[in-house]
Amino acid sequence: MNKKREPLFHIVKRDGVSWQKAWGIRLLAIVVALLVCAVVTTVLTGDNPISVYATMLKGAFGSVRKFWVTTQEVAILLMISLALTPAFRMKFWNVGGEGQVLIGALAAAACMITLEGKLPNALIICIMVVSSIAAGAVWGFIPAILKAKWNTNETLSTLMMNYIATQIVAFFTIVWEVPKGSGKIGIINQNSNTGWLPAIAGNRYLLSIIIAAIVVVVLYVYLNYSKHGYEINVVGESERTARYVGIKVEKIIVRTMILSGAICGLVGLLLVGGINHTVTTTIAGGQGFTGVMVSWLAKFNPVTMIFTSLLIVVLRRGAGEISTAFGLNHAFSDILTGIILFFIIGCEFFISYKIQINKKGKEEKENV
Amino acid sequence: MKKVIALLLAVAMMATLVACGSGSNKAAKSDLKVGFICLHDENSTYDLNFINAAKEACEKAGVEYLIKTNIPEGQECYEAACELVDAGCKIVCADSFGHEDYMIEAAKEYPEVQFCHATGTKAHTENLSNYHNAFAAIYEGRFLAGVAAGLKLNEMIESGKITADQAKMGYVGAFTYAEVISGYTSFFLGARSVCPSVTMDVTFTGSWYDETAEKEGANKLIEGGCVLISQHADSMGAPTACETAGVPNVSYNGSTASVAPNTFIVSSRINWAPYYEYVIDCVKNNKAVATDWTGTISTGSVVLTEFGGAATAGTAEKIEEVKADIVAGKLHVFDASTFTVGGQNLTSYQADVDTDADYTPDHEVIVDGYFNESADGFRSAPYFDLQIDGINLLDVNFG
Repeated sequence: MNKKREPLFHIVKRDGVSWQKAWGIRLLAIVVALLVCAVVTTVLTGDNPISVYATMLKGAFGSVRKFWVTTQEVAILLMISLALTPAFRMKFWNVGGEGQVLIGALAAAACMITLEGKLPNALIICIMVVSSIAAGAVWGFIPAILKAKWNTNETLSTLMMNYIATQIVAFFTIVWEVPKGSGKIGIINQNSNTGWLPAIAGNRYLLSIIIAAIVVVVLYVYLNYSKHGYEINVVGESERTARYVGIKVEKIIVRTMILSGAICGLVGLLLVGGINHTVTTTIAGGQGFTGVMVSWLAKFNPVTMIFTSLLIVVLRRGAGEISTAFGLNHAFSDILTGIILFFIIGCEFFISYKIQINKKGKEEKENV
Repeated sequence: MKKVIALLLAVAMMATLVACGSGSNKAAKSDLKVGFICLHDENSTYDLNFINAAKEACEKAGVEYLIKTNIPEGQECYEAACELVDAGCKIVCADSFGHEDYMIEAAKEYPEVQFCHATGTKAHTENLSNYHNAFAAIYEGRFLAGVAAGLKLNEMIESGKITADQAKMGYVGAFTYAEVISGYTSFFLGARSVCPSVTMDVTFTGSWYDETAEKEGANKLIEGGCVLISQHADSMGAPTACETAGVPNVSYNGSTASVAPNTFIVSSRINWAPYYEYVIDCVKNNKAVATDWTGTISTGSVVLTEFGGAATAGTAEKIEEVKADIVAGKLHVFDASTFTVGGQNLTSYQADVDTDADYTPDHEVIVDGYFNESADGFRSAPYFDLQIDGINLLDVNFG
């Protein structure tokens, strides 16, 4: 008799998981990730994994300065992730954060370089704010209008806009380089500090953090409690439904991408005016792409994003510290980060699905 | 509600971590501690050369050291410098050109700490007593490496492998910046001093470290008919391409014989250890550190590595001879009678020694018939930026 072979297990979609259970799974994933990292660390380097972890945390929070730098980095990554989120919610895959930040950064730097000494500092800063945000918005608008008018693939167009922004920055780096031929602009207005955003209460890190906090709150309200937020969700769920209920999808796409780009432009302003005081092609540091992961990990929830960006930044900052303390190459930290992210992303699968061992198969076997 | 709890927990976690962190901070030791900031890590030949010297100097002087790698040329450099000061370092050194402005920012904030920046140009105009630049007369080393290259070309001509007209070298440069121009020009002049028919093509990658671009650059030069390759870029890209193509090559920053065992001739490099020993000695004995410090062959700062398999017999002897002439002051690398610019010999040239946004030429640098590179009282970093005849620049409009 030919018996149908039953697979040993089934993957079954969970009906809905209580938040306790979901967080339990996530916690378990982190514990398992840390255990795997510990084994990898011991086997590959012979260093004590506990002290490696402790050093990583020390690298992120080990002194008052480190705490502020970490928080500032979280603020920047968080803002970029937040900027991408409205677009993601309407299933518009904006991978152009990098370019939108860069072009905002370039706009700020251009104001600092060309307006120095020509206008009062306060006015220059105002012009920087407007031009950075506008530049980012334009960089978001272009792929949006292409999508709205001709239904082009936004993943490609936003991605290509990154390269255009990088090349424009490279061009202006050569125009403004000091000294000649060096390929770097260096700190802009280092002696006059023209166009440098002010330190809040003597703390140079605070401005970005405060602005990030405001953006979180505003975006949380905007996405969850405003008409615009609702329209974004409807477009994301189904464009046809949106059209049926009379939502102008094209308008929503363009409006939302202008918002995305504007927030990225704002980040560019902070990076140039508030933090680095220069512009380079790598000033965004790939965070336009890291932001995609942060946003996804947080399931597009602005508040959860605080934690996902914190996680990424702590891992990054810790990486530098263990390379100094243990003489380990940065590549080793990348391995650890990779393992941890693998488990965290992987565990989402177990939150949505469960594995069911095939009992029926077992019973049949017993009967034979 | 759950979010509020999660938030509170996270804040509590952070607070405890911060408390633990600041609690475990040890008081600064009385012993001297030196901090180093590197743009890349030991995979970059430039940074490896810097790291090796840092370790050597500190171990010799018996002082503690901390090395921070992969520090970009941005605010991260300032933060890294401050963190090193927080950790008790009395000397902070950075290795990359673009770190300079951020080192200056840190120097302004911590006047009691000495900040030493390799390859920078601003110490002599910043008027900060605790900010210093250092470089080495590496153009002398490049010239010697050029002599080795010229001898190799002569060997190729004599063996009939190439004709004298085909003696074209290729050079993979980083930026069209004085440091690079000074480097490839001195290398070229070294080669031409023994092989008069030599010419050279130079390509630029637009990056100090870009393995792919450097490899591609070398391949492009080889395809363009270059029979010998040298470089001013920090990865193994160019030597690797040369080994594959079987083209002899001269390196920088250290031996690349490991990736090019059959084609490596020699490499010039700056030995930073004498400078770090000098700075450590100054700080230990409360002496002022020089604003600009230029190492030479005599201080042991300009050195050649051991010769590779591709070096011509008799190269070592010839180089010793030339080296003795340089040290004795009988031979000047940039002797104005040995090169022309636009067909003319130079009798006077104003170089941009004081860094400014308008590149204003400010110092007369032709002295006693030679271009006075890295001169005392000017600055340690090179400022030779002339385009001499015989060298052909391929792509100056890099992105």
